[in-house]
Amino acid sequence: MNALKFIIKYQIHDTLRSKWLIIYTLFFAAISYGLLSFTNESSKVILSLLNINMIIIPLASLVFGTIYLYNNSDYIILILSQPINRKTLYLGMYLGLSFPMALSFLIGTGLPVLLFIRNFKEAGPVLFNLFLGGVFETFIFVSISFLIATLNENKMKGLGLSIFLWMFFSALYDGLILITLQIFRDYPLEIPSLVFTILNPVDLSRLLVILKFDISALMGYTGAVFTQFLGGGVGFAVSILSLLLWSTLPLMFGLRSFSKKDF
Amino acid sequence: MIKTEKLYKKYGTLEALKSLNIEIKSNRLTYIVGPNGSGKTTFIKTILGLVKPTSGNLFVDGVKLNGTYLYREKIGYMPQIASFPENLSVKEVLNLLKEIRSENVNYDEELIRLLKLEKEYEKRIKNLSGGTKQKLNAVIAFLFDPPVLILDEPSAGLDPVSSSILKDKILREKKAGKTILFTSHILSELEELAEEIIFLLEGSVCFSGGKDELILLTGERNLERAIANLMMGQKI
Repeated sequence: MNALKFIIKYQIHDTLRSKWLIIYTLFFAAISYGLLSFTNESSKVILSLLNINMIIIPLASLVFGTIYLYNNSDYIILILSQPINRKTLYLGMYLGLSFPMALSFLIGTGLPVLLFIRNFKEAGPVLFNLFLGGVFETFIFVSISFLIATLNENKMKGLGLSIFLWMFFSALYDGLILITLQIFRDYPLEIPSLVFTILNPVDLSRLLVILKFDISALMGYTGAVFTQFLGGGVGFAVSILSLLLWSTLPLMFGLRSFSKKDF
Repeated sequence: MIKTEKLYKKYGTLEALKSLNIEIKSNRLTYIVGPNGSGKTTFIKTILGLVKPTSGNLFVDGVKLNGTYLYREKIGYMPQIASFPENLSVKEVLNLLKEIRSENVNYDEELIRLLKLEKEYEKRIKNLSGGTKQKLNAVIAFLFDPPVLILDEPSAGLDPVSSSILKDKILREKKAGKTILFTSHILSELEELAEEIIFLLEGSVCFSGGKDELILLTGERNLERAIANLMMGQKI
């Protein structure tokens, strides 16, 4: 356990100093500040932020994560030649990247929101879910990117797969669902569309925010069904549980293949 | 100290190690030689647990390797190329390793002084030259005063002065009773250093034994020529 603490500590040191993380933070800060300056309506700002977050966070986490493992392959060999468990290193690197990235999102979006906090008097819970969703996205997509990089020796293939996965979850997926629902429109589709939503972490995080809003119908078919079918409390619990599964399952598969891998 | 029993490793359809039975003796300087692609690095990596053998057994100091990791406390490893997290300073990298191996507090920091690495302490890794990184690499291998040293091409990338400092260090450690395993393509280095030779060819042991024995068997004047002959395919 001690070794895990040290790996995380140094990894965070390393990540916090990287230029990309600073750019990532500044990007969020600029976007949120810009949106907040345009309008006083908190719901509009939150929805715009939500849409931007759900595109940027998965993309950045997948790309950063994959490149991070590939770039550090020699460092991994150095550490693995020390008396340390492979799982400890993998977990340490995962947490050492996810924490600073989540933090950078929270600071980048959070500071401008704090500046304009008077606009958000009634939007407390929605705002909280927005941040929660963003943090989950970070942990989920970093764990997926680590799994991809562990399974693929070839850098280009791994990076390509990451970008494809991002496109799939943030754009293609909803389209495919719509087509499916259109084809089977004569059947009751509440349960299938629920399942579809749970199978996409981006939709899940979006739901976290939408469930707190009264505009679910505006946010695509899956959102509408979810609100209607599960309502507030249960819906929230189900989405949190699914998000937890989404962040732990890829991590566990990653740990397993990392332990068996040849370096 | 290190013993293998029918060690076998296959990558896809490529047989990298074909049923190796090797014993590396304690307190000796063993040199692993072989043409490119003969399985040297794969063999070293199996000892370190970086590569998992397809079948066969490997023992380090009597401990059988299967997913264990604590035995690596006894090993110092200097890889051919090293890289460290580029935003950490030299000092932080050394501290990281010290914290990982916190059970071990007898630091051997002689090389830091000899290779004049103190003046680079505060520099970030990304600002170091290739040679300086290699020096750091050497320092790390010796830092914990381990009983077994595994050096993969130790003098590659080092300037002649540092290279001879390292060579002297290897000889001193040998005298202190360390088991040392190394690979190198600089044949003149062997003449000075090697005691035992393991010659690998396409994943099999082609020769294993003392330096003089090899010279005698090939009928050559010196080790350099004997090895060169073996590489050209002379049968013994």
